[in-house]
Amino acid sequence: MSPTFITLDEFRPRMEELRRSGMDFLRDIIGMDWEADGLGAIYALENSSTKENIQIAVRCANREKPQIPTVCDMWSVAEFYEREVYDFYGIEFSGHPDMRRLFLRNDWVGYPLRKDYDESEAINPIRMESETPEDLQRQTEIEEDEARELFVKQTNKIFGDQYIINIGPQHPATHGVLRFRLALDGEEIRKIDVHCGYIHRGIEKLSEKLTYPQILAFTDRLDYLSAHQNRHALCMCIEKAMGLEVTDRTQYIRTIMDELQRIDSHLLFLSCAAMDLGAITAFIYGFRDREKILDIFEEVTGGRLIQNYNVIGGVQADITPDFAKKVKEYCQYQKKKINEYNDVFTNNTITRKRMIGVGKLSLEDAISYGCTGGTGRASGWACDVRKRHPYALYDKVDFKEIIYTNGDCYDRYLVRLDEILESIHIIEQLIDNIPEGDYKVKTKPIIRIPEGQYSTSVEGSRGEFGVFIESHGDKSPYRIKFRPMGLPLVAAMHKILKGAKIADLIAIGATLDYVIPDIDR
Amino acid sequence: MLDFKTITTAIDQYLHSIMPEQLALVTECILVALCAVLAYVVFAIVMIFMERKVCAAFQCRLGPMRVGPWGLLQVFADVFKMLIKEIISIDRSDKVLYNLAPYLVVMSSVLTFCCLPFADGFQVLDFNIGVFFIMAASSFGVLGILLAGWSSNNKYSMIGAVRSGAQMISYELSIGLCILVIVVLSGTMQISELVEAQRDGWFIFKGHIPAFIAFIIYLIAGNAETNRAPFDLPEAESELTAGFHTEYSGMHFGFFYVAEFMNLFIVAGIASTLFFGGWAPFYISGFDTFNNIMCYIPGSVWFLGKTFFVIWLLMWVRWTFPRMRIDQVVSLEWKYLLPIGLVNLLIMTICVVMGWIF
Repeated sequence: MSPTFITLDEFRPRMEELRRSGMDFLRDIIGMDWEADGLGAIYALENSSTKENIQIAVRCANREKPQIPTVCDMWSVAEFYEREVYDFYGIEFSGHPDMRRLFLRNDWVGYPLRKDYDESEAINPIRMESETPEDLQRQTEIEEDEARELFVKQTNKIFGDQYIINIGPQHPATHGVLRFRLALDGEEIRKIDVHCGYIHRGIEKLSEKLTYPQILAFTDRLDYLSAHQNRHALCMCIEKAMGLEVTDRTQYIRTIMDELQRIDSHLLFLSCAAMDLGAITAFIYGFRDREKILDIFEEVTGGRLIQNYNVIGGVQADITPDFAKKVKEYCQYQKKKINEYNDVFTNNTITRKRMIGVGKLSLEDAISYGCTGGTGRASGWACDVRKRHPYALYDKVDFKEIIYTNGDCYDRYLVRLDEILESIHIIEQLIDNIPEGDYKVKTKPIIRIPEGQYSTSVEGSRGEFGVFIESHGDKSPYRIKFRPMGLPLVAAMHKILKGAKIADLIAIGATLDYVIPDIDR
Repeated sequence: MLDFKTITTAIDQYLHSIMPEQLALVTECILVALCAVLAYVVFAIVMIFMERKVCAAFQCRLGPMRVGPWGLLQVFADVFKMLIKEIISIDRSDKVLYNLAPYLVVMSSVLTFCCLPFADGFQVLDFNIGVFFIMAASSFGVLGILLAGWSSNNKYSMIGAVRSGAQMISYELSIGLCILVIVVLSGTMQISELVEAQRDGWFIFKGHIPAFIAFIIYLIAGNAETNRAPFDLPEAESELTAGFHTEYSGMHFGFFYVAEFMNLFIVAGIASTLFFGGWAPFYISGFDTFNNIMCYIPGSVWFLGKTFFVIWLLMWVRWTFPRMRIDQVVSLEWKYLLPIGLVNLLIMTICVVMGWIF
């Protein structure tokens, strides 16, 4: 599907009209640099009830001071997406309340994803000193007798005089290098400011110089807990663009692997949620069982965390002869173990007290913030890509979409718990029927994609993972954009945290289930 | 039956025979102090090893297995590592208080430890307000924790210390009420007399329902006093990294660590003294042969057996429960445990006045 181009003047009215007509889910904002045609952005919108899709593109010719009206009053998640576009392309969104960089340092020079960006190290050397937060204003005074500047105090533009505490970047409960700045009133959180980018590797920028098979390696390293699904999405996108049909066997293997990966991720979620709430025994139980999936992965793909399994046209290697037997054994085993988690953690009074009613996210907010995956489904939003836009074999298997309605921490937890069983159900339908055939279609040594824009999305372990490619017919993409699953979750954080305590922040963070390399890319 | 009184009296007489009385007294004090600290350390090592093995058993693991047979030497290796680590001084911290805090915590814990009746006559501190002294000595440990959090110049430590203060001061009330229940039942505050009164039946049986309620409340409050899960908020590692002792390293951290374990031992030891008869053997009136056989088991074995049973109960809780939130912790104490404890004290008083006890 190609985006519809509209001019800058009709942009706001058109977006307002679309929002009114029910396009309530802003999937992604993709910043673009069309060189001579100017800078711009592509807005991927979806109607959450009719599943109707539309892509709107807008561009402005002024490269010096590009400006596009903001849409963050209509879709709350746009606040973060627009900051990302500003960070990489320097497009200012007029009317945006907080136009700061999202990933890069404040003192970064230039906008790296622009095509005319100068990469020389002289401009952006490796800076050894820490950046000064741009919301801090230093006040100094001249001391009269010694004529030197005295540091008097710092005032904070964002937080004012409030008691600020850092959660992260190195903190056991952020599951990676994410940093929250909290303003506290006793134990209660008054305000939160999210800092991303500590593990930003510029994957989208790097991809513009690499060939398609090379780019594949990055996808496993985005959200390492949905490595298979991420890679599946990119392979599917490239195959769709090339007009390549994969064999049935490949589809079966990919679907099974996706679901195994989902179980793997959800087990890790359960364990980490338990540990964040202080239940260390439940944590070990989850990891014990996850190990069994990793063993299967290792045997089939050679990797435990980073598997590099899907390739364009198929999978890297055929499944091992006893793959089906092992997976079936595992499914039987895992079904029994769910009860153990329930006994030791889910039904514990303290667990329920800590999670029920804590960190509520309403359905409207979930859609407005684009919180897909388990978080969205816990709020009652039927957002499963496997049901919305079926791919691979998901239209052929029978499974139900787990939906809860309270949108609190406990529901987010239960969604994942139930999805483990649902994934096992999917695997059991497929595992005995894997057809014979090639596991990989022969492709040309150099893969080129015909000119155009392509996008696909899959249901990753924690939401919708999307890939957008704009190709100009070369062996590397002109622009590639991955829709992060975690960024909307983090964007919704301040909404969810209303009136929460520090301990709730940990419970909420654990049940939102974000993975930092996926947010930062 | 092995009686420690014979040994202690023998040593006392020997010292008096070779030196003047004043000197003998001083020597005895030093000897007792050495023994107490040594016992403190030995029990700490046993407890740490036990915790790791119990935790491993709950989590389907083996626990330490590499250092020594069944990992027996693991704790010694850990202690050695801790001893040779550098004690880092923190920029812009309150140096005096920062260095004083761990000693305060350990001191309070050692003082309380000295009150435990390990066997008949084998007790360092024993005077007529024994349980009162225990409460006083154990409650200045919170001072060390507050100072540690306050002097570290770290916001996590600060929050941890404030949480700790709120929690420990609240739960001390419940502990006091539970101890009062037993004092009402026995009519004495001296620890040796408390144990002596239980020779013909432990208080948990004598005091039946109110004593049992007091025991349960004591276990919950004791768990909170020792800052262990589900009450480990002052050092909630997933929220405050390490809470009040975030900035401590080397043996200073070791003091907090050891004191925490020994507080668990002390809480369990007091529980076994107050409710399970300390070193008094199991007694069923009427079964004389059985009672005589029970008497052949030394008192120290009884005491340690009961204490480690209570420790095991607390470890069971520790490794199966998630952490509570601060408002839940405080409301549990003030809305539930404290009123129940007060009513329970009233019931016990009525029981004693009416003679409804065994």
